[in-house]
Formats: sequence, structure tokens, C-alpha cells
Amino acid sequence: MITAGIDVGSVSTKVVLLIDDEIKYLVRPTGWSPRDAGLHAYQELLDSAGCNNNDVSGVVGTGYGRISLPIIDKAVTEIHCHARGANYLVGQGGLLIDIGGQDSKAILMNERGKVVDFAMNDKCAAGTGRFLQVIAAALGVDVSELADLAENRQPLDINSMCTVFAESEVISLLAKGSDKRDIIAGIHRSVARRVWGMASRFGPAQCVIFTGGVAQNHDVRNRLSQEAGCPVIVPEISQMAGALGAALYARELKK
Amino acid sequence: MRPESMKIFDELRNLNVLTVQNAKREGKKVVGCYCTYTPQELILASGASPVTLCGTRQEPIPAAERDLPRNLCPLIKSSYGFAVTAKCPYFEAADVLVAETTCDGKKKMYELMSKIKPMHVMNLPQGPKGEEALVAWAKEMNILKDWLAEKFEVEITEADIRKAIKLMNRERSAMRNLHATTKVKPAPITGVDLLVSVWTKGFNINKEDGITLVEQLTAEIEELTAKGISPFTNETPRILLTGCPVGFGSEKVVRLLEESGASVVAFENCSGYKALDRLVDESENKDVMVALAEKYLNIPCSCMTPNEGRFDLINKMAKEYQVDAIVDLTWQACHTYNIEAYAIRDYVQNQLSLPYMHLETDYSESDVEQLRVRVQAFLELIQGE
Repeated sequence: MITAGIDVGSVSTKVVLLIDDEIKYLVRPTGWSPRDAGLHAYQELLDSAGCNNNDVSGVVGTGYGRISLPIIDKAVTEIHCHARGANYLVGQGGLLIDIGGQDSKAILMNERGKVVDFAMNDKCAAGTGRFLQVIAAALGVDVSELADLAENRQPLDINSMCTVFAESEVISLLAKGSDKRDIIAGIHRSVARRVWGMASRFGPAQCVIFTGGVAQNHDVRNRLSQEAGCPVIVPEISQMAGALGAALYARELKK
Repeated sequence: MRPESMKIFDELRNLNVLTVQNAKREGKKVVGCYCTYTPQELILASGASPVTLCGTRQEPIPAAERDLPRNLCPLIKSSYGFAVTAKCPYFEAADVLVAETTCDGKKKMYELMSKIKPMHVMNLPQGPKGEEALVAWAKEMNILKDWLAEKFEVEITEADIRKAIKLMNRERSAMRNLHATTKVKPAPITGVDLLVSVWTKGFNINKEDGITLVEQLTAEIEELTAKGISPFTNETPRILLTGCPVGFGSEKVVRLLEESGASVVAFENCSGYKALDRLVDESENKDVMVALAEKYLNIPCSCMTPNEGRFDLINKMAKEYQVDAIVDLTWQACHTYNIEAYAIRDYVQNQLSLPYMHLETDYSESDVEQLRVRVQAFLELIQGE
């Protein structure tokens, strides 16, 4: 059976085709139209897999653009899709932290990937992917460089939780002559502290499963591990957890 | 099918304004109130009409922020904003205002507001327990009575107060019956409709007409129930809403819950059932001020410490309304409800074994999509996905 999951996030759109147990996937920028981004990415993946929409038994949409997709059989929130996808990838339950473009989530799941409880950040973008983008821009580096720059550096204290204020704080640290790499380390630690502050309600944990775009940053990962006081597991395709979860829901739907 | 009487309630919003203005023209005094701690009986006994004031809309908040801090609860900012922009017809009609020291934000805001209209602020005890609290609150009742008598140049007799108590108890009973209509499964009306009817009723200064209207709506809803008519199914998750007051214009969480497939069947908050649970003791041998003080002091608001009554009321309502989950709403910067949420979560999850979600937001639409994710994920969770 072939099923699909489309995760239209605020920054990137992820699509997974689940062909029996084979996972095919694709990541594309969401841009200004969540609907088009989802549909195009889906079509592109179908083309590269050499199949068409009729071969697909079910499609589930998730992410903030989930409702705008006309082709889906069902929309499931990213909270449940991330849990299901992450559980499939790591084969265990526990505490899942997902940091996406605009929000961060702490999800407690059972050993089958069912959500037991969850918390999500409020209004502001502090500690999310967007937060890291803003800081990277202020420091004149690319987001992909952040992890290497900060590795093994001594983190400076960053006290502002608000993205805009943190940016000002970073700029004033630069003005004082602080090392850029220590500033980034400080930013990473503040991201880790903030998300663990939210997740620790469900702790202490044996280990933390970490997904979403920010999980690609190995320095944030290490610092999260320090805050949580336990190992952090990042699945290889951590960014795909939501889309994969959606494809798994689609499979269940059609069983 | 929506009850026909709901149309009357929809129109009541405009009608209420005319009623207040007509009453004013006939020389009737109007007293503006903000909170369920206001003893409406004393206002009625003075011959005046108590009316709820506006404070549940986003529009006047920018105007309020010229004088008030931005990181303040939207209810305080909205109330003040309506006052300074002269956009609330009830505030405009009010001869005097009566308020209580329910929170630090409000009591300091009232100092500013009292420059606009004559205002009396009642000093609420910090907690409901102990003889001292009751004595102090009964004394506050007397101070308010004297203040009203002086302002309106009337004499307020014990007989007037007893009559007002009977009237208010009748109103409370009618409102209780209205709330009780959603105890059946599935609920015959939506939470949004229940909220709208309860809310608009608060602005109706004509008590007798209001009671009749509520009874009419209740009877009609009961007919719908008898016919098995409901906008929901037996599988629709039933939600009890607790926390800060919710009114027309600030019903976004109720709307989100129902748009996402739930049915809000019970409102534990003070804009809902909280202040209706207990009537004023009508016994002839009871000191009338003590009777009033007892009733009002026992409203389980988070401004009270300790506030054990809220746990008991949530427990009772969760059972009576057969709820599947509890949603606790805090308006941004409402410290008492926000902090109490910790204990409520623990109580709901561990004592009542029910799913619980706490939401903190304001009146604006800025976080609606984020809230929608949390609301939908919560409903997926309680429905086992």
C-alpha cells in the first residue's frame, strides 16, 4: 500500500510517501502559499517515485497549512503526527521535543506513539527556528553554520526570551567585543533552557527524542542533553517526523 | 436547530441599550458594575438598576494602553478603554459605579476610572474563611448601602433589601435552570449560544422581563431536548470551561473548541455558573447584611486565598454535566488564575482523572491559529485520535 503525509510548516513543506515500509521524502520551502507548496511538493515526490495520485490509497495533511490542502483525506495536528512519526523512527515512546520554524512542542507519548500530554510555546517565537534565523542574520552567518561555530565554546548569558530583545542583546554583546562563537553558544543554551523549561513538566526523562528542523543543529542538541540531564536521540530524518506520522495515519485510515 | 428565542437574545444587545436609555429618561438611576461580587440586591433596594459594563472586546484596548501598562489583563484594559473612549452605552448611562478590590490590576485601574464617574470600591477580604472575613464583608455591605442612600438621597429599608434578595434569587434560579439545560447528552444548544444568552442577559436592567425571557428560552431548549434535537452527537467531547470570565467579543476559545468539534457544556467561570451556585439565605430571622455577605464571600474566585471552593465546584459540575475534559482559560497577566492553574491541573488530572488543558491568551486574534493547533490536538487526544 502507498500512503502519503504532507506536512506544511511555516518555513518548509515536507512530504513522505510510505511505500509499504519504504520511506521516500522531499523537503521544499513553503514560501507564501501553503496550498501550492504542499501540492507541488507532493506532485514532485510522486513524479520522482514514478507513480501518480491514483496509486496512493490515502493522504493525511498536517502542519499549519494542513487545512488548505484540497487533496487530503484527513487533517491531523502536528502534535499527533510528530509523535507517531518519531515513534516509528526510534521505536520507543517517551518525551519528544520538536522545535519547528515558529513553535516548539514537548510531547509525552506512550510506547506506541500515542500522545499522553503535550505543551506548546505561547504566542512568541522565542527558542524556535525563526529565533535562530534572526540571530544568525544579526551575526552575519548562515543558520547552517551556527552549530559548528558554537561547538565547545563557552556560552555567554542571554537573558531575553523575546526574539527581538534577544537580537538587541546580541548586538550589544558584539558592541562590547564578545566573541561571536560564544554568543551563538549562549543563544543555543537559551534555546535549550527554554524548551526544557516547558518540557520538564513531563520529566525527568530517561532520554529525550528531538525532532524538527532545529534538531539538525548538533550544538543545540548537546546543550539540550545537558539541560535535560539525559541523552538526546535525534532520528536521521528528524525533520520528516511530522510528514511520516501523517503518512502512517493515512495508512491506518485505509486499513 | 437553534432555539427561536435565541433570536430575541441576539436582538437584545441592541434592545438593552434602549432599555437603559429609556430608564434614564424616566429618571431611573443606573449603577454600573463589573464583577459578580457586586451585591446587586443593595443597588435594587436603593431603587436603582444594576447593569454590567463593557469589558470583553478588543477594540478599546489601544486607547486604554495610553494610560495603562501593555502587559496587563485584557479585561482590565478593555473595561478602562471603554470608559475613556465613551463607547460603552451602559457606562455612559451609569450615574455611579460600584466595584471591588478583586485584583491589584483592577483596584489601581479603578483609581484612574474614578476620575470619570463617581465610584465606590468595596474592600474584599483576601479569603472566604473565618469570622473576621465575614464581619468585614458584612460591614462593607453596610458602607455600600449608606453610600448608595446618600448618592441617591433615599432611605434603604430592610424590607427593600429582603424584597431585592427574593428577586435576585429568582433570577439566579432562572439562570441556573438555563445552565442546567446542557446537562443532557448531547447538549441541545451550543456553548457559544449559552454564553451569548447569559452574557446579554447581564446588560438587561429590567429584571422581571429578563427572568421571563430566560425562562422562555429554557422552556424552548427543554422542548428541543424532548424531541432529541441537538447540534451535537453522543460522541461529541463535552468540555467544562473554567478560569477567567468570558463574554461576547472574548469568546474565541469557546468558538475554537466548538469549531474543532467539541461541545462546551459547562461554564464554571464567574461569567457562567460560579456566582449562581449559592443563593442568598432568605430566612426572616437572619441578619440581612450577613446573609448577603455569606453569599458573596463564598464565590470561589481565584482572588480568594485559599480558594478551595473552586475545586469543589469543578468536581461537582464535571460530574453533573458529564464532561470529558476540562479547559482552563487564563487572560494574559491574570496572576491569580494563572498560578491557580497549577493546582487545578493537578486536581483535574489526578483526582478527577480527566484530561486538562490550560490556555493563556488575550482578546486579540493574533494567536488564533496557534490556539487552534492546541485545541485540535487536545480533542484528538481525548478522542483517542
